[in-house]
Amino acid sequence: MGVDFPHRHLLEIGPLSAEDIWTVLHTARNLKEVLQRPIPKVPTLRGKVVANLFFEPSTRTKLSFERAAKVLSAEVLNFSARGSSLEKGENLLDTVRNLAALGPDLFVIRHGASGAPHFVARKTGIPVINAGDGFHEHPTQALLDLLTVWEKKGDFQGLKVAILGDIRHSRVAHSDILAFRKMGAEVWVSGPGTMLPPEREALGARVTRRVEEALEGADVVMALRVQKERHGRPLFPSWHEYARFFGLNRRGLSRAAKGALLMHPGPINWGVELAPELEDFPGQVILEQVENGVAVRMALLLLLLKAAEA
Amino acid sequence: MRLLLRKARILDPSQGLDLEGDILIEGGRIAALDREIPPPEGCEVLEARGLWALPGLIDMHVHLREPGEEWKEDIESGTTAAVAGGFTAVACMPNTRPPNDSPEVTRYILSRAREVGRARVWPVACISKGQAGQELAPFGELQEAGAVALSDDGRPVADSGLMRLALEYAASFELPVISHAEDPGLSAGGQVNEGPVAARLGLKGIPAEAEAVAVFREVRLAALTGTPVHIAHVSTALSVEILRRAKEEGLPVTAETAPHYFTLTEEAVLDYNTHAKVNPPLRTETDREAVRQALAEGVIDAVATDHAPHSPLEKEVEFPAAAFGLIGLETAVPLTLNLVREGLISPLRLAELLSTAPARILKISGGTLKPGSPADVTLVDPELTWVVTEEALHSKSKNSPFLGWEMRGRAVLTLVGGEVRWRLR
Repeated sequence: MGVDFPHRHLLEIGPLSAEDIWTVLHTARNLKEVLQRPIPKVPTLRGKVVANLFFEPSTRTKLSFERAAKVLSAEVLNFSARGSSLEKGENLLDTVRNLAALGPDLFVIRHGASGAPHFVARKTGIPVINAGDGFHEHPTQALLDLLTVWEKKGDFQGLKVAILGDIRHSRVAHSDILAFRKMGAEVWVSGPGTMLPPEREALGARVTRRVEEALEGADVVMALRVQKERHGRPLFPSWHEYARFFGLNRRGLSRAAKGALLMHPGPINWGVELAPELEDFPGQVILEQVENGVAVRMALLLLLLKAAEA
Repeated sequence: MRLLLRKARILDPSQGLDLEGDILIEGGRIAALDREIPPPEGCEVLEARGLWALPGLIDMHVHLREPGEEWKEDIESGTTAAVAGGFTAVACMPNTRPPNDSPEVTRYILSRAREVGRARVWPVACISKGQAGQELAPFGELQEAGAVALSDDGRPVADSGLMRLALEYAASFELPVISHAEDPGLSAGGQVNEGPVAARLGLKGIPAEAEAVAVFREVRLAALTGTPVHIAHVSTALSVEILRRAKEEGLPVTAETAPHYFTLTEEAVLDYNTHAKVNPPLRTETDREAVRQALAEGVIDAVATDHAPHSPLEKEVEFPAAAFGLIGLETAVPLTLNLVREGLISPLRLAELLSTAPARILKISGGTLKPGSPADVTLVDPELTWVVTEEALHSKSKNSPFLGWEMRGRAVLTLVGGEVRWRLR
């Protein structure tokens, strides 16, 4: 595949041009075909070693990366913080230097500290994909969200994307705002005042205190999980109150545009940010997001490992 | 020992002097200062044409890390860095391990400083026992042991009632109180200045209000108690405005800022540069400009470095896990000289900010070249260019955001009580 992807790492959305993002999306769409085959495996990355370093719990992202690597025939080393020498007091730098000595070609890193993947990239020089860092970014999630919207809507120009919920502590929101805006969509965010970014920190999204305003005519509606583990102190009085005033239900979604998509990066707390009645909402594409996650991660492994070879 | 500094540009705010002349040092004291002094017999003569002779610089805010954190710095390495940076005296903050809340720790610091024999060391003792913000430390005994001021630096005094008591009690001993002005509820969990940079990096912000609210509290407590308060490391335009009003009101409030606040902005942390992680955080260009104007106008009285050494163990880590603080003793002179070159302050004002004002605020000796006073003198070459490298720094720790910068200006000779404690090359 003679495509040009001028990046050694995927640490955040910022450095990617719209053209780079199109490259990822087209590559992912082509690779989706492999996933449909009776034997979904190609030898493209045979002999390559991908190390999954998950310092925070994860289900879908970790499995998604593992599946993506295996479809492309790469070896996978799995590391998780629990039961590792981190619990014996080893620091991050020592841990990753030791893992680097095992000879991986690429690190996939999730870490609770914003900037941890940047730190590892700087210290080891090995290509790094950020699989979520603190409340900084989760760029592969944004790229898979783009793929899902592109498949359904055909384009990004002029779309209104509404992201609702815990914007301030969401690395997904952060990456999605940057990515959708880069591709020409308009992004609105809303949620409780304690979870909204101040206007000057909105990264280019429109901030509104009125959830209805964000929903009005939206083509894409994305609900977020409340990142309670990152709050420090309670930012809302009760789950019950949250669901009543900031949760999404059919009545709220009726303000959205005809054929609007409903997305969620997971894991979902049904009954909190999403009313259970939305499970069969016609535009609900949550499982397609998960499926597209594998294709997008395959594309990124391929592009970064080929770029590293060049 | 007798030494004649010849044809230096003598800058002494305590006498309002800015003239080219000679300084004669004899018996550890300034013996004479005049336009021309004939060299006495057997006297060493140092040609100082083109150099500035300043009253020995005083850094009123450093962390020497001894006792307890000697892997970062100790009294020997810290005071070596001080004299190499042109400082003849430093005031060391009490957040050591154990903290300096007892006369024993104060005496230990002073005895180590005497043993190593570099810069003078003036211990600042704790406001509260263990810096825990609950009960007052024994101010009287601490003063008797040699402490010159009080501060819970590194940890704000959260309880306004306790701060009031501290000011009232400190007044009995005429001990200056230095406030690390920060509202801990507003700054909790924060890593960098609140604003677009924090948002971009996904780091919790510390709003300017966390400092300003506390500065306002201290200003009102100074008014309420009639006791002077000194505000450490001012970083925001909001604080500057509050201080300006306080001074117009005639309240006994003084303030310092650090070279990083008038040199850098929050942009320095982009790329997750832990060497630029400091508390209070580097702020915006508006704040930087306000701090610079405040130095020029006298709203801020002194420049202090908040020299805060940390080893790679505390800095070569993921950003949120990194310690706050950066070293500053060896870069303060050239960075403050930049303000002179930019036409913001006069050379005399520089001497005021780095020497005379800190001496006055702390009520310690120094800050003057008056004949008869101890010969604490700093000779600066304002034009000498050099590059900040790890090797060039004498501090045990190298956590400077200025590594790789070309600097202009450097101390070439540092005299403490007439003795040469630093001479370049």
